[in-house]
Amino acid sequence: MMKKFGGPALFLDRSDINTDEIIPAKYLTEVTKEALKPYILEDLQIEGFDPKGDAVRRARVIVTRENFGCGSSREHAPWVFEVNEIHAVIAESYARIFRQNMFNGGMLAIELPKEEINRLFNMVGGGEVEIGIDLASGKITARAGKEREETFAFEISPFDKALVEAGGWVEFADQRY
Amino acid sequence: MGKTIAEKIFDSHLRDEPFPGTRVVDLDRVLCHEITTPIAIADLVWREKDRVFDRTKIKAVIDHVTPSKDSKTATQAKILRDWAKRHDLTDFFDIGRNGVCHALFPEKGFIRPGFTVIMGDSHTCTHGAFGAFAAGVGTTDLEVGILKGVCAFREPKTIRIDINGVLPAGTYAKDVILYVISRLGVNGATDRVIEFRGPVVDAMSMESRMTLCNMAIEAGGTSGICLPDTTTVDYLWPFIREEYENREEAIADFGKWHSDDDAEYERVLTIDVSDLTPQVTYDYKPDCVKPVNEMVGTPVDQVYIGTCTNGRIEDLRIAATILRGKKIADSVRGIVSPATPKIYNDALAEGIIQVFMEAGFCVTNPTCGACLGMSNGVLAEGEVCASTSNRNFPGRMGRGGMVHLMSPATAAASAIVGKIADPRTFTE
Repeated sequence: MMKKFGGPALFLDRSDINTDEIIPAKYLTEVTKEALKPYILEDLQIEGFDPKGDAVRRARVIVTRENFGCGSSREHAPWVFEVNEIHAVIAESYARIFRQNMFNGGMLAIELPKEEINRLFNMVGGGEVEIGIDLASGKITARAGKEREETFAFEISPFDKALVEAGGWVEFADQRY
Repeated sequence: MGKTIAEKIFDSHLRDEPFPGTRVVDLDRVLCHEITTPIAIADLVWREKDRVFDRTKIKAVIDHVTPSKDSKTATQAKILRDWAKRHDLTDFFDIGRNGVCHALFPEKGFIRPGFTVIMGDSHTCTHGAFGAFAAGVGTTDLEVGILKGVCAFREPKTIRIDINGVLPAGTYAKDVILYVISRLGVNGATDRVIEFRGPVVDAMSMESRMTLCNMAIEAGGTSGICLPDTTTVDYLWPFIREEYENREEAIADFGKWHSDDDAEYERVLTIDVSDLTPQVTYDYKPDCVKPVNEMVGTPVDQVYIGTCTNGRIEDLRIAATILRGKKIADSVRGIVSPATPKIYNDALAEGIIQVFMEAGFCVTNPTCGACLGMSNGVLAEGEVCASTSNRNFPGRMGRGGMVHLMSPATAAASAIVGKIADPRTFTE
């Protein structure tokens, strides 16, 4: 079953955020996804960022910079987002394994060019940014308050789209192989 | 148009092309450890699909935290152990026979030229040293691999790195790969295979080639890869002697995987290592690399020699050459972890373990442990470790800790001085 995408955005203004920062290795001893929930982004240190703060709790989409999710292959990174109801990340680029893990779990890892990511970051400060994602039309709508609205077109590969529509790689592979 | 080794492997293993640019390949090896496999097992059980596609092609080991340190890690080990037994896997490695996966599986002869290999571990790229396509994947890819024996990848575009010249004394494969990563950047090879070529690679042992390929992921690479040659055949000979009349025949056969002369590369990077100096990381990304002379004098609290990057016998020999007859600094905690029982045993037989112990090192059993801050040498807030591992991310070896990556020689020299030191001052 396809997941739902969109909602308040969490902005992480740094490149190369790695999987140890998303979910530290000491929590990899958990054997359920749900158990990871409190530890989201625990070791990420960016000025003004609080992993226990309201912005993380409310977030349904993450907006960030280059090479997001680099490092370990741990799917615990997408899972800690999934159990916190964050089903989409919008970034300039990703590490391969993290990106594949997102789509394999039926979630979205959307790439936008640097200028468009900058436009999204420029909306910060005008209240909470609400992001709508329409997979069928490939359109992202970002709203900050009543005044400000920006739209972006995005593309994902036909395979990644099929994974999201199928609900993930296990479902896709099970039907086909 | 000619093809690269990665393209040849993909062509020979192609199961499906569901969409243009997506290649679903048959797998020769699905490797499993106790950290990323249990949730795949739980999901297969929940889906009522608790099956394996081929019990001879799936290999499992408990390596990240072993012996188990608490109830949670004991549970992970038990889930993997019970599953391996339930499906009668031909190869499962538990306490007493277990070692760091990327050292153990090659040592057992499980990896061959032309193979496709996946594992729920980012450093799976190590196995490309044998001329295999080997990629780290997440748990879902692993789960489908276990169940169906396939995995999906994008087209394997390749960056070729020609390593020319002669490695100077005191520098090793680790220094080469740290330098290469500093040139490529942490995402310079994302979605790309890194093919290591040139006379320096040709002259390297399999151990050194594994060190080289191990860190391909630190530049974002999907797999590192070396062309199989005489050295590969010599290493594998005990495992393949039944399949070939003689070594020459094996060498000729493996030649079919070699990249064609007119193969197309996305990028070719040529480096000459003749003037290379020992390399050390600073800061918190593996592409932050400096020559050792710019880092000399940095105090360290712990020195860690081991891991899938540099825990092999060759690495321990190099470190022991520097440590022999010396004591490590009082201020330093030295930890050495031979990567497999065989390496441990060989090091014992060669008197290397004794050298480490007399120098003041603690010798631990084979395990991944400290490298990712899970056990056997976790750092406290503010502490610094000189390490032969592959990642210096913030908090990697313990919250608030700092890791400097380097070769076993540089780590051994640093242990003696208590500060980052140039190994060449000990060998000249």
